[in-house]
Amino acid sequence: MDLYSLTPIDLMVAAGLVLALGVVQIILGLGLFRTLAFNSVRMVLQLLLVGVILKAVFDAATLPWILLIAMVMMGLAGYEVVARQKRAIRGWHGYGIGLAAMSATALIVTVLALTLMIETDPWYEPQYAIPLLGMILGNTMTGIGLALNNLTQTAWQSRVEIEARLVLGHSVRDATAELRSDSMRAGLIPTLNMLAAAGVISLPGMMTGQILAGSPPVEAVKYQILIMFLITAATGFGSLVAVQLGARRLFDARDRLRLDRLRSGR
Amino acid sequence: MLFEVKELSGPNVPPVSFALAAGQVLPVRGESGVGKSQMLRALADLSPHEGEVCLDGTEQQTMPATDWRRQVVLVPAESGWWAETVAEHFPARPPESSWTRLRLRDALWESPVERLSSGERQRLAVLRALALEPRVLLLDEPTANLDRDNAEAMAGLLLDYLRERQAAAVWISHDPHEIDSRGERWLEMTAEGGLLHGSV
Repeated sequence: MDLYSLTPIDLMVAAGLVLALGVVQIILGLGLFRTLAFNSVRMVLQLLLVGVILKAVFDAATLPWILLIAMVMMGLAGYEVVARQKRAIRGWHGYGIGLAAMSATALIVTVLALTLMIETDPWYEPQYAIPLLGMILGNTMTGIGLALNNLTQTAWQSRVEIEARLVLGHSVRDATAELRSDSMRAGLIPTLNMLAAAGVISLPGMMTGQILAGSPPVEAVKYQILIMFLITAATGFGSLVAVQLGARRLFDARDRLRLDRLRSGR
Repeated sequence: MLFEVKELSGPNVPPVSFALAAGQVLPVRGESGVGKSQMLRALADLSPHEGEVCLDGTEQQTMPATDWRRQVVLVPAESGWWAETVAEHFPARPPESSWTRLRLRDALWESPVERLSSGERQRLAVLRALALEPRVLLLDEPTANLDRDNAEAMAGLLLDYLRERQAAAVWISHDPHEIDSRGERWLEMTAEGGLLHGSV
């Protein structure tokens, strides 16, 4: 089975559908046309750019290049984690916590998968390493962003309750137990939904892609199961690390709740 | 001296110094927004500040924050409730005498916090603090939401506690009569700093 290649005309027809949506929106006065147009153009440019970069990296499959790409991906993900929070932790700590949590999980899980499970040769074979890291990082980023957003928002909203416990001599650990477990849960909810919906409600994108590219469905399914486990582990551990580090940053050495370390709400 | 405060100051706290012996009460007055509540927060080590605060000669920063706050207990103006029922907020049921003295209904013990009135919350918050048997009480208008009878009952309970346990209190109050009845010394908070009035 061969891949049916797409022509620019095919893509333009698909873009025409979005254009039609935009026209309907203008007629209905929904005012989303500009955002829709901007984001669509941005998506095309980003993906074209990635296509060009990936081709270059695949051709020159050296470790330093792949590490550089991985670092750029991590950096952007770290930025996204902060941008998605209403009251993110100020300063480099805010980025550092997200980055530390992602490096400790997404990066390690990806390397483990490459060396122990998929066993590519060399282990950093870019055709596997980069898409794998991308999928794991994308999900981990979402989970960590949700977990930290829940942590900082809830801490802000329940400052009276938290301080009520501190003034009675409760430890930070006790005073934040519920906050921390709720935030970890918030980070894991999209992943749990993903697991429940997999194959029944939604056909996962990677598996669909492999089948479209001509892989036997059972091979594609095996890869998808592997990816699901990796994503779940990375997201769960990532939320855990992020929440622990984030909760620590909310308090100082004297166990004071330091909401001044959060950005003001947007 | 049981409780000594030397040149305490902070971002929203004007400089203030005073000392309290066992059993003494220091009423605090001053315009709203001048930093009275912020001063109490600093005394409980709940917000960053400068200066020295000592309990029985031991400086605040030399002991774990949790130990300090179990002995120097703040009762904030707005009480926080983190669990569902009243009982969950207490290590043990307070003595019947204090419960009836504040005229709290028996059924309140098991009831959900969200059904309490603001006056009931305030009285329960004070009982919750007294359950720790604090050496120093930091009271932020403990009678603000209470009618006169209940306010008197509350003031009486607190003063009896301080006398019996030889504890000290820093007590923010807007009621001059409440202040007159407890000694000649009081602290006036101004934007420039705290002024001690009366015999020192």
